[in-house]
Order: sequence, then structure tokens, then C-alpha cells
Amino acid sequence: MTTAPAPAPSPLGRAYWLLADSAVLTARSLRHNLRQFDALLLSVILPLTLLLMFVYVFGGALHVGTAYIDYVVPGILISAAGYAASQTAVAFSQDLTSGAIDRFRSLPMSSAALLTGHVTASLLRNLLSTLLVLGTAVAIGFSPATDPLAWIAALGTIALYILAICWISIAFGTIARSAEGASGFTFFVLFLPYVSSAYVPPDTMPAALRPFAEHQFVTPVIETLRGLLLGTPTDSAPAALAWCLGILAVTVPASAYLFRRRTRA
Amino acid sequence: MPAPTAAAPPPASIEVRGLTKSYGDHRVLRGIDLTVPRGTVFALLGPNGAGKTTLVRALATLQPFDGGTARVEGRDVRTQPAAVRGLIGLTGQYASVDELLTGEENLVMVGRLLHLGRARARRRAAELLDRFDLTAAARRQTRTYSGGMRRRLDLAASLMASPPVVFLDEPTTGLDPRSRRTMWDVVRAMVADGTTVLLTTQYLEEADRLADRIAVLHGGRVATEGTAAELKAQVGRERVTLTLARPADLPAAARLLRAADPQADPADGTLSLPLHRTDDLRALLNALADARLPVTAVRITAPTLDDVFFAVTAPAELETAR
Repeated sequence: MTTAPAPAPSPLGRAYWLLADSAVLTARSLRHNLRQFDALLLSVILPLTLLLMFVYVFGGALHVGTAYIDYVVPGILISAAGYAASQTAVAFSQDLTSGAIDRFRSLPMSSAALLTGHVTASLLRNLLSTLLVLGTAVAIGFSPATDPLAWIAALGTIALYILAICWISIAFGTIARSAEGASGFTFFVLFLPYVSSAYVPPDTMPAALRPFAEHQFVTPVIETLRGLLLGTPTDSAPAALAWCLGILAVTVPASAYLFRRRTRA
Repeated sequence: MPAPTAAAPPPASIEVRGLTKSYGDHRVLRGIDLTVPRGTVFALLGPNGAGKTTLVRALATLQPFDGGTARVEGRDVRTQPAAVRGLIGLTGQYASVDELLTGEENLVMVGRLLHLGRARARRRAAELLDRFDLTAAARRQTRTYSGGMRRRLDLAASLMASPPVVFLDEPTTGLDPRSRRTMWDVVRAMVADGTTVLLTTQYLEEADRLADRIAVLHGGRVATEGTAAELKAQVGRERVTLTLARPADLPAAARLLRAADPQADPADGTLSLPLHRTDDLRALLNALADARLPVTAVRITAPTLDDVFFAVTAPAELETAR
């Protein structure tokens, strides 16, 4: 006895459903963010607090050769992206450890949309908090370059960085056995910018830390951002681009593999 | 052209043959055979750890299994999981509603992931909210819902696609009696619409009230299967218990009715005997009245699914099943 197999959706159809299903799940994640106080805290209040604290509390004591607010804004933007990514790891892990995943898996939907939905929501949420930080910074004395092309390139750089660390966090969320475990990822992303050129130039650090601070992937991203926003040289752009694309090239397939393995058990 | 075959057997909605599943050394399912006719309710009854949830998850494509075959509406669960997913609705043991979304948003989201399109998803959501008595709460976040409301919303979510087959894993566990009854009404209404329902339950009453057929799962096998009446008949028939007006009459009454194999209980002053037909009761009472042995109370007790359950899930049974 044979039964004709169900027609496999065409590649174009699959791509369409991936986009459509991602949009539905992105809207779901954004609704979650609007209705959770801690999400609001992490994506709006924390970046602004960080900005004000570094400018007004530490800024007076830190001498970096330019106005400290001009130096620190790119660093704040990159740190804020880290908070958003850790939130994504937790939210994704919650989906995997609750009944939600069974509901989604029993639907004839694109399963990759579960991942891309979280990433897209994180990207949108984070771009919003980026604009908020930039607006506030300008209001309290940040004087960036005014070249619109440089601004577009700067936003592009931030978006690429957000994508890269969001996919890292999706991979973490897939491995984590609980949402608490996934939130451990926060330490990693919160720590990295401190040992980079985000808040102070690496050449002021001890010799042991300096090589790490100068070469870890956050530093070229921050330097590129700084160059674009302030009109200084952007020599680190190729390195920043290579890092971000390299991370994506590893984490996207790794997340897909880990997710499939996890949900098959 | 082949001649039309007379009286084709009614098409089965779910067919399971020799299904096995182990977790390491632990053999959870040891060869399950089940046939669920279309448009009926089939209950999987069993103690905790009997493999009910594993079986349902396997049929719902969520759990790979080791051996055997399973078909849902003719589609092979193992080789055509996507097609099966399009035919089933699943309500798990833990309500999988999204707590931060409203009831309506939950249903519309599921509808859109089913690719119904926005307008149809909205319409269907409104229909189901109304049917499950959730319209008043439709715009509230589901974290404010009671347990019964969550289960109903969860069930509504699995019905968004109007699937021909619905799996309900312990649909009323933890619900209060009123919510349980509401859930039963909902299941009956689904079946009246032609849906096939496979449900798992620990409640014998639930299986008795809802199911057309019941399989008792024990030690990874189907210990017994049949209609509620068939299962009850396996453990014995109805008995009648007579209370005599004068306990001293007990030996005389037992002698009079000795052909019917009575059991006397001197402490209660009662006599209990199996009842084969209701006519027996009339004859019994007439015989006692003629012998001037007055009776003050008559009680008829039917075997319950509890008796079946305890008979087939006794630990000794597990040993012999190995």
C-alpha cells in the first residue's frame, strides 16, 4: 500500500513562509517586550543610565584626548546591543523550555522562523534604543559629524553588530537547559565592552590586557563606529566587517543545527 | 472495472501497529497496536509513567519512535510528518498558551502560522472564542486566566485549523469539577462535528463518560481494550445486595437462594449475589416474599472502570507482561 507523499513546498514558497512566519513571530516578541517591565528596563532605561553615568559620573575623571561624551557614545551603543542580545537568549530559551515549542512544532510553519523572529525583534528593539541613546547624547552635548552617508554607514555597522551577537545569543539559548542558564550569557556580553576601547583607550590598560583589548572583536566595531560618527579615520572597518560576517557565518548554521538537534529529541 | 466491494470496513483515522520506543534501557512502549475509527473518541487510560504522553507525542510527530508504524488519516507519521501536522491539533499536558498575549492574540497568531491569512485567522479566532465561552476575556492577557480558561484557549488553539484529528493529553488534569464538565461538553461538540479525538486521562470517569473505546496502557503495552461496557464485563457483572429485615433470617435466605451462589454478610445482615438479568431480581424478591423473609433494602452495584483499572494494572500483571 502506498500513499502519495505530500507535495514538498517549492523553494520560493518556503522562502515566502519563512518571511511571513518570521513577521508573525517578530510581532509576538515585540508585544512581549512592550508588556514586560524588565524588557523595557534593559532596552531603554539601562542604556540611558549607562550613558548618563559614564558622561557625568566617570567622565570628569577620564581623559581620552577629546570630549569624553564624544568618545564614549559608540561604546554605550555597543553595550546596549549586548543587553538586547542577552534578552534574546533568555526569551528564546524560555520558548524552548515551555509548552510554546510544542505548539509551534505541531504547526505546519517554517521552524527557522522561530529563530529569525527572535533575531528580527531584537534588531528592531535595539535600533530603537540606539536612536534613543543617540538623541539623548546629542541633547547633552554629543557633537557628531553631520555627513548623512556616514550616519547611514554607522547605523549599518550597529545593525550588523547586533545581528552578530543576537545569533551568538540564539546559539547560547539553544544550548541552555533553562532561561536562567541563558541569562548567564549576559555576563559575557556585558564584560566584553569593558575590556575594549568602549570606555577607555586600550593603551591605558596594563600590558597583559592590552593585546586582548586591542584585538577582540568589539574594538574594531567600536573604532569603526567612532570613525563614522566623529569623522575620524575608519581603518578598522574591514576588520569589523570581517569579524561580524565571520561570526554570522559560524553562528547561523550552528544555531540551525543545534536547534534541529534539540527539537528532535 | 473492479466490482464495488460490499460493506467496506469503516475507515480508521488513526492506525498504530507494533509501535516501540525506548529511552536508553527503559522500554517505554513495547509494541502498541491501536485502531481509532473516524469520528470517535478513543481514551488512553493508564497510571503515571504508562507511556500515554510518549505515545501521543509520537503520533503528533513531536517524538521519534524506534519501531512499528503509525498512520494518521492514512499519512505515515514517520515519513510524512509535515502532512500529519496539517491534519492534527494537539493540546498538551501543560497549556502552551502565550501568557503575555491576549486570548485573541494567541489564536490569531496560531491561525497566521497555519497560513490562514489575517482575515480568516481573525474570523476563526472569534468563532472559537465564542464557542469556548472566552469572548468576554478575549482582550485580556492570558496570565490573568484561570486554569480552566487556559485549557479551553489551548484547545481552541489546536482547533484553529479545523483539524480532522485532535490529540488531548490529559485535558482536564488539575481542573475543578465545573471546568472539567465544560471541557467534556466541548469534546462532545467536537466529535459531533465529525472530529476524531484521542485523549489520555488518569480519570476513569472521564474515559467512561467521553470515550467510545478505551485502551488501558500498562507497562508499555495495551493491557486491555474495548468499550467501557466490554471492559467492565471483563471484571464481572452487576451484583445485587439485599438487606434483610431480620438478620436472623440470613441463613434461611441463603439456603433458599443457594442456586444463585449468594454471599452472606452476617455483620451487615446482607446477602449479595450476581445478577444475570433484571428478571432475576423480580424472581428473587418474589421467592423471598413467599418464604416470609422480608427485605428492607435492595442495592444494585455495577462494576466500574476502577475495577478494570485495578485488575489490569496490578503490579503482578506487570511482571507477567515481561
